[in-house]
Amino acid sequence: MNSPGFYTIFWREMLSIRKKFWKFLAGSLVMPSLYLVTFGWGLGRGINVHGLDYLVFVLPGIIALSAMNNSFSGVAVTLNISKLYYRTIEEILVSPVSHWSIALGRVLSGCFKGLFSALLLILISLMLHIQIRYNAAFFGILFLTCFIFASLGVLAAMLAKSHEDMTNFTNFVILPMSFLSGTFFPPERLPEPFATLIMVYPLTHAAVSLRSLVAGNGVPFISLLVILFYGVVLFILGGKAIKRLEL
Amino acid sequence: MDEWMIRTFDLTKKFGSLTAVNRLNLSIHQGEIFGLLGPNGAGKTTTIRMLTTLAKISDGRAFVSGINVEDRPLEVKKIIGVVPQGLNLEIELTAEENLDFHGRLHKMPKKQRRDRASEILGFVGLDDKSKVQVDHFSGGMKRRLLIARALMHRPRILFMDEPTVGLDPQIRRKIWGLIQDLKDQGITILITTHYIEEAEALCHRVGILRKGELIALDSPNGLKRDLGEYAVECQNRNGCDVRFFKERREAVAYAGSLNQDLMIRQTNLEDVFLNLTGEKIHHE
Repeated sequence: MNSPGFYTIFWREMLSIRKKFWKFLAGSLVMPSLYLVTFGWGLGRGINVHGLDYLVFVLPGIIALSAMNNSFSGVAVTLNISKLYYRTIEEILVSPVSHWSIALGRVLSGCFKGLFSALLLILISLMLHIQIRYNAAFFGILFLTCFIFASLGVLAAMLAKSHEDMTNFTNFVILPMSFLSGTFFPPERLPEPFATLIMVYPLTHAAVSLRSLVAGNGVPFISLLVILFYGVVLFILGGKAIKRLEL
Repeated sequence: MDEWMIRTFDLTKKFGSLTAVNRLNLSIHQGEIFGLLGPNGAGKTTTIRMLTTLAKISDGRAFVSGINVEDRPLEVKKIIGVVPQGLNLEIELTAEENLDFHGRLHKMPKKQRRDRASEILGFVGLDDKSKVQVDHFSGGMKRRLLIARALMHRPRILFMDEPTVGLDPQIRRKIWGLIQDLKDQGITILITTHYIEEAEALCHRVGILRKGELIALDSPNGLKRDLGEYAVECQNRNGCDVRFFKERREAVAYAGSLNQDLMIRQTNLEDVFLNLTGEKIHHE
């Protein structure tokens, strides 16, 4: 049986990872490990948040952050370079693969990269005896988080007209989200109106959901709705942006 | 099956206030090698990009093998092969992997991909380089691999955008040889080029584009015949003066009446272009 188009796009990305596996592994590990050490041990030692040791509190946020960064950059950077520099995307655009398949293949590859990074971090935390409960719902939310930011990566790459545009997008959208979305501190600690504004960010709801799950509670309904909404809308926008692309 | 493999009706492309292609009407037969000749910026690449669905059509219509390019782009993509001007190969992959990826995009089964890749690499003379990473290829090798990739899924129509640009003459002739071999396989080929000799050597018919408009269309010999097959070129104080004659004896008689350095030669497509536009096609 012939593979569907999206699988071929996904396969191509996996081939690239296989060829550069050790670089990929190292790259996936560096930033989350630094966050863990810096914020978990360096700054957070001896601090309690919501009755929890800060390291236990911050870990779900860092996992969400790592998933976001790796799924976004894993798609946005490679797609942007493919579009603007190597022009390899043209080869895919003239082949009989629909723009939805192209989007889905790229998003799934971004999900793989985000999940891989998150799983590495979980493995490290387990080896360091950081006690956190994981369940199927946790990984479901994690996958949806990766899906959101991989879709955002597709959209950003399609809209960026230069590498500078990509850098600016990262600086103005991804970076503020990284620090202000309840990743390192509870969202309610921010003064109004910022505490309300950051609830617009999908990463806020991802961090809140993951934190709620490890505490033995369910996913807050509003957060689930927001995550699903962003996932669907950003994927559709990314697919449409591919369809409209003219190089 | 439709005899016309490519047809355009008032095909137009605008970028804001700039009209890159203006009401282009083409009809290209099955098995024909058709050249679009013109200087940089004439609209050749834009025309190919519209026909291969990479650029939106501003106005007019285009059909590839009877299929409307705008209405059914996926069906068009199944039957076309594209050799782009840029070297957009996957450089971290080997030659074989590039072809395998292309075959997967066209839903070719595994065994068919393997067999076809081997065959097509042999056709372009890269069979001993199948496992070499493309990053290590020379420019000429990359160009040949681009042709191999475009032919991998046995397209009925091949679009080649400046297939020999930037190559030295020896490699250029090798590529011409490959294109001439394709003639016998019945593939319809649309080539864009700004190399006069390339259009003369390869094409059954040539369309001359200038500033987005088709200003002449005929076989290379037909275009030269219209102008006059013989040229008398002489140097004078104002530069170089060229006059054209349909009969050799007329050219000789005119040359005999002049009292200056001169040359009698055969008309070429550059003369045709210069006569039509008042400009030379500049070579890089």
